[in-house]
Amino acid sequence: MTYKTISFDVDSDGIALISIDVPGETMNVWNADLIEDFTAAVDRIAEDDDIKGAVITSGKTTGFMAGADLNMLGGVEASSMTEAFEQAFRLNATLRKLETSGKSAKDLKKGMAHAKPIAAAVNGLALGGGLELVLACHYRIVADHPKLQLGVPESQVGLLPGGGGTQRLPRLIGLQNAAMMATSGKPTDPATAKNQGMIQEVAPAEELVAKAKEWVKANPKTAQPWDKQGFKFPGGGGAMDPRSVQFFMAANAMAQKQTNHNYPAIQYILSCMYEGSIVPIDTALRIESKYFTKLLSSDQTRNMIRTLFVNKQAAEKGAARPKDAPPSDIKTVGVLGAGLMGSGITHVTVKGGMNVVVLDRDMEAAENAIAYSKKILDKNVSRGKTTKEKAEEFLSKIKPTADYNDLKDVDLIIEAVFEDPDVKADVIRKTEAVIGEDVIFASNTSTLPITGLAKHSSRPEQFIGMHFFSPVERMPLLEIIPGEQSGDRALAAALDYNRKIRKTPIVVKDVRGFYTNRVVPPYLNEAMLLVKEGVKPALIENAAASLGMPVGPLALTDETSLSLGWMLVQSTKKELGADYKPTGVEDFLETMVEKLGRHGRKSGGGFYEYPEGGKKYLWPGISEYFPLAEDQPSAEEVKDRLLYAQLIPASHCLADGIVPDPKSADLGAIFGWGFAPWTGGPASYIDTIGLEEFVSKADSLAQRYGERFHPPASFRDKAKAGDKLYAKAA
Amino acid sequence: MTDAFIYDAVRTPRGKGKADGSLHEITPVSLATQVLEAVRDRNEIDTAEIDDVAFGCVSPVGEQGAVITRSAILNAGFSDTTAGIHVNRFCASGLESINIAASKVKAGEADLTIGGGVESMSRVPMGSDGGAMATDPAVAFKSYFVPQGISADLIATKYGLSRDDVDAYAVESQKRAAKSWEENRFEKSIVPVKDVMGEPVLAHDETVRANTDMQTLGALNPSFAMMGEQFGFNAVAIQKYPEVEKINHVHHAGNSSGIVDGAAAVLIGNEEIGKKLGLKPRARIRAAASIGSEPTIMLTGPEFAAKKVLARAGMDKKDIDLWELNEAFASVVLRFMQALDIDHNEINVNGGAIAMGHPLGATGAMIFGTMVDELERSNKETALVTLCIGGGMGTATIIERVN
Repeated sequence: MTYKTISFDVDSDGIALISIDVPGETMNVWNADLIEDFTAAVDRIAEDDDIKGAVITSGKTTGFMAGADLNMLGGVEASSMTEAFEQAFRLNATLRKLETSGKSAKDLKKGMAHAKPIAAAVNGLALGGGLELVLACHYRIVADHPKLQLGVPESQVGLLPGGGGTQRLPRLIGLQNAAMMATSGKPTDPATAKNQGMIQEVAPAEELVAKAKEWVKANPKTAQPWDKQGFKFPGGGGAMDPRSVQFFMAANAMAQKQTNHNYPAIQYILSCMYEGSIVPIDTALRIESKYFTKLLSSDQTRNMIRTLFVNKQAAEKGAARPKDAPPSDIKTVGVLGAGLMGSGITHVTVKGGMNVVVLDRDMEAAENAIAYSKKILDKNVSRGKTTKEKAEEFLSKIKPTADYNDLKDVDLIIEAVFEDPDVKADVIRKTEAVIGEDVIFASNTSTLPITGLAKHSSRPEQFIGMHFFSPVERMPLLEIIPGEQSGDRALAAALDYNRKIRKTPIVVKDVRGFYTNRVVPPYLNEAMLLVKEGVKPALIENAAASLGMPVGPLALTDETSLSLGWMLVQSTKKELGADYKPTGVEDFLETMVEKLGRHGRKSGGGFYEYPEGGKKYLWPGISEYFPLAEDQPSAEEVKDRLLYAQLIPASHCLADGIVPDPKSADLGAIFGWGFAPWTGGPASYIDTIGLEEFVSKADSLAQRYGERFHPPASFRDKAKAGDKLYAKAA
Repeated sequence: MTDAFIYDAVRTPRGKGKADGSLHEITPVSLATQVLEAVRDRNEIDTAEIDDVAFGCVSPVGEQGAVITRSAILNAGFSDTTAGIHVNRFCASGLESINIAASKVKAGEADLTIGGGVESMSRVPMGSDGGAMATDPAVAFKSYFVPQGISADLIATKYGLSRDDVDAYAVESQKRAAKSWEENRFEKSIVPVKDVMGEPVLAHDETVRANTDMQTLGALNPSFAMMGEQFGFNAVAIQKYPEVEKINHVHHAGNSSGIVDGAAAVLIGNEEIGKKLGLKPRARIRAAASIGSEPTIMLTGPEFAAKKVLARAGMDKKDIDLWELNEAFASVVLRFMQALDIDHNEINVNGGAIAMGHPLGATGAMIFGTMVDELERSNKETALVTLCIGGGMGTATIIERVN
C-alpha cells in the first residue's frame, strides 16, 4: 500500500509510526486524500496481527494538523441529506475504528475484546479535525510549547466539531469545559489541557515519539474510558444529573445571549453534547454527524465559510495584487503625523515587523506615537502577554522626528496628517523632496478624494490612498484606494504592506466616503430617524443586536459622537450647496447637540448616560423632546429598516463598482463596520434571500419610508433574470 | 350535558416545605391518602361508588412517581374498583384534575369522582423530574426559555409594577390570610394532618406571617437578579421583549409563593349520585378552560384563560363575584387585575400562596375549595378560579353556588 499523505513504518516491536504530511499544504488538513489514506491505515492497524499499536504524529514542522480543508467542505455537493450524512460520517467512523480497532462497544465494555493502543505525539498545533484525531487516540502526549494551540474553532465559520469533538471532549474534560471550548472556538494550551484531562502528558518535542511508543508498548490492550464499564462524565452528564441539568439551563441562556439566535452552530454544539451525553458514544457520533450535515448544507454556513475563511484568506494573501508588479521589500515606513491615526499606524507597522520613522511638526508631537504604543504595551506586559524587554525592543523601532531629512531612507510613506487638503498638499511636497524616487506614497484619509490629493504629488502613479479605521490596532479592515493615476506598483506595495500588518484589505473606488463611509452614515441616520419618530430607543438598540450587529447604532453614534455627525452635516451642506440631499436628521442632530448638549460618550452623554463606574443606560430625558409614539412598530419592522439601511447603500456601491465584487462588499461590511457576520456579508445575504425578495422588500420600504430604500436598477434587472450576485462556485 | 356538582372540598394545612417543616416527616402518599380518607369519612361514602380519582402532582418522581393517585387510593383502603390518574399541568395540576374529574361526570363517563392534588416539596424538590424544557437546547432556544422568577420580573418591568407595588400586594396577602385564619374561614375544609401514630402534627398553615410590613419586605434582596445577569436569562427575556431595556428585579421570597407541603381533594358527581348517597350539592362547575400563551413571559396565561372560560360560559366579567388567582408571584396577580380591571377587594379575598404557600400539584384544588367555602360564607354566587402555569399556560374554572 502506498500513501500520498502519510508514511507508515512498523518498527521491530510491531508499533506503526504514522506520520502525516499532506503534500501541497503548509499545514496538515483533512482533505479527501488524507481521509482515504488514514482510513486505509486504520484498517491495516486493526487487521494486521503483526501490528501491536500505533503512534500518530505530524511530518510537518508547522504543526500537527490545522483541521479540515474548508475549501473542500465548502464545496461538498451531495444529492441528498442521507448522502451528505454518509460523507460527513466517514471521518467519524474512521476515528471510531481507530479507538476500537473495529471491536464492538459491547465486547469492549465487557472486557471480551480490547483495542490496540494508539498514541498521538502532538508536535505542534492541533485544531479542529486535528485535535479530534488526537482525542480519538488512547494516549495523548503534547510538545511542551506554551503557545501550542489545542482547540476546536469550527463554530467561527458556522460549523461544529464534526470529528467526534462534541462527544470526546465532554467525556474527557466535562460538559462545561467542552462547551466553552467548542462554542467560543478559543484554543487552549498544553498545560491547561493536561490539567483538564484532555491530554495525559506534556514533554519536549524531540521526546514525543519515543515516549508515545513507550506507552504503546506498555499498554498492549486498551480501550477508551467511555468504552469501559461504569464510565461517567467528569462533572456529571446526561438528562437527569442535577449538575448537567443546571449546566444546560445556564449554557442555553448564555449561548442565546451571545448569539442572539443568529448562529445555529452554537445551539447544535450544545444539542450534540446534550443528546450525546444521554446515549452511548456510537449513537452520539451519529447524532453529531447529523447536526454537522445540517449545518454544512445550510446557506448560512456556506456563506460564512466563503467570506470569513476562503475570501478573507485570499484577500489577505493579496488576491487583488497586480501579478506582475515586483514584490516590495518594506523594512522602514515613514509615518507622517503622530495623532491618533498616525500613532495607530505606527503601532501596527512595528507590530508587523517593520521600523517606523514618525514625523510631526515638533519632537514633542512626534513622541505621541511612542506614548501611544507604550500604553498598549504596558497593558500587555501587565497581562503577561509580552515582556518588558520585548516592549522596549518594540519601542526602539519607532523613531520620532520633526526633520523631513530623516525620511530619506524609508521604503514607504503613510501620511496621516490633519484632514485638510492644504495641510496634506504641503506635507506631500516636503516629503517627496527627500524620499527616494521610487518610494510609494500612501495617504490615509477617510474623506478626501485620492485623485485630488495626488495632484499635489510629482509622482501621481506612486500615490495611493489607504483608509485605516480607528483604533487602528483593533479594527481589522483596510480600504485601499487607487486614484485615477495610481499605478500597479502602488497598489502592489499597499497590499504587500497590508500583508505584513495582517489587516483584511479591500480595494475600492475613489469616491466620497469610499465604501464603508457610504454605508454607515445612512444606517446610523436610520436609527436617528426612528428616534425622531418616537420609537423606543431600547427597541432600536435591541433590534440591532437581534440582527447581529455588535453594537447598537445609537451606542455607536455616541462613540463617534453626535457633534461629529452635526459637524459633517454642516460641512457637507456647505461643500455641496444646492446638490445637498437632506437626510432628515439635520434638525434632530441640531437639537441634540446645540440645544441639549448631548454630544456623545466623551462629553455630556448622547443617547446614553454614562455614570461614573456604572453601566451606561439610555438617557430617559430624550422622550421629553422626541415623545414616544403611542403605537410602537414591531421589532421585525425596526430590524428591516436597520438592515436595509445598510443593504441598500451597500448594493449601490456594488452596482456602481465602488466595491469591485460581492466578496469585497462582504469583507468590507463585516470587517469594516461589523455587519452581522452570520450573514456572510450584505451580498451573501441578498443572494440567500434571493434578489427578487430583496428588491420587493426594498420597494415596500421605499414606499413607506422614502426613496432612500430604492434598490439599484441593475439589481432589479438581475432579479428579473433570476441571477445572483455571486457567480456560482465562488 | 350533565351538570357536575361539588359535594365536598377538603385540604390539609400547608407545612413549610423544608426539612424543619411540620409535614416533612409525612410521606406525600400519606398526605394524599389523608385527604381521600377525609372525603370518604366526612360523607360516609362506600368507595365502590367512586369511579375515578384524578390527582395533580408536578414532580412525579421517586415517592411521588408511578401514579401516586393509585398508590393513595390503595393506601386509603378504597375499593379496588376506584381508578386513579396522575395529572401534570404544572402549577394548575390541582385545578386541571378537578376539571378532568368534572368532565368525566359531565360526559357521562363517571357518576362520582374526586379531583385534587398533592405535593411534598420538602421531600421531592421542585425540578426533580428534569425535563426537556429548560435543558434540551433545541427546546430552550426555540422557546426562549427563562425561569419563572425572571418571567415574573419581566411582567413587573413590562407592565410598570414597582417594587413597592409588589411588596404592598404581599403585605395585604399576609394580612388577609391571617384574618381568614382568625375568623376560621377555612374551617370547613381543613383536615389536620396526622402522623403514623394517628397523632395530629399540623392544623394550621405554617407560613403565614401576620406582622409582615413594607419595612420587613424592603429589607429583602431580589431573588432573581444574579441569576438573570450571570446566566444570561435577562438577555434572553429582552430578546423576546426588545422594547425592554433592562429587567427590573422586584421579586423576592416575601412577595413570591412559598414552598410548602400539602394535599387537597374535591368530591364531584352528577345530580343522581348525590341523591342516591344523600349528599347535598354545594356548587356546580359552570365552565372550564385551559390555554397556552407566550412562554417567555410565561405567567400571563390567567388573563387569557379567564377570557376564554367567560366566553365559553357565555358570561361577562361583571358576572363574577369573586376572583381567585394563585399568587405565584405578586406581579402575576397585579398584572391580571390591571388587564381585566379587577378591584383588589374582589380577588384573593382570603390571601393566597404568598402567605400560605403553593404546594405545586395541590394548589389548584386548594384555592378551588377556598372559593366554594367563601361563596357560602359571603353569600355570593359565582367565582372564577385560575392559575398561571409554567411553559406559558393558564387554566380557569367558573364555580357557581347551588342554593
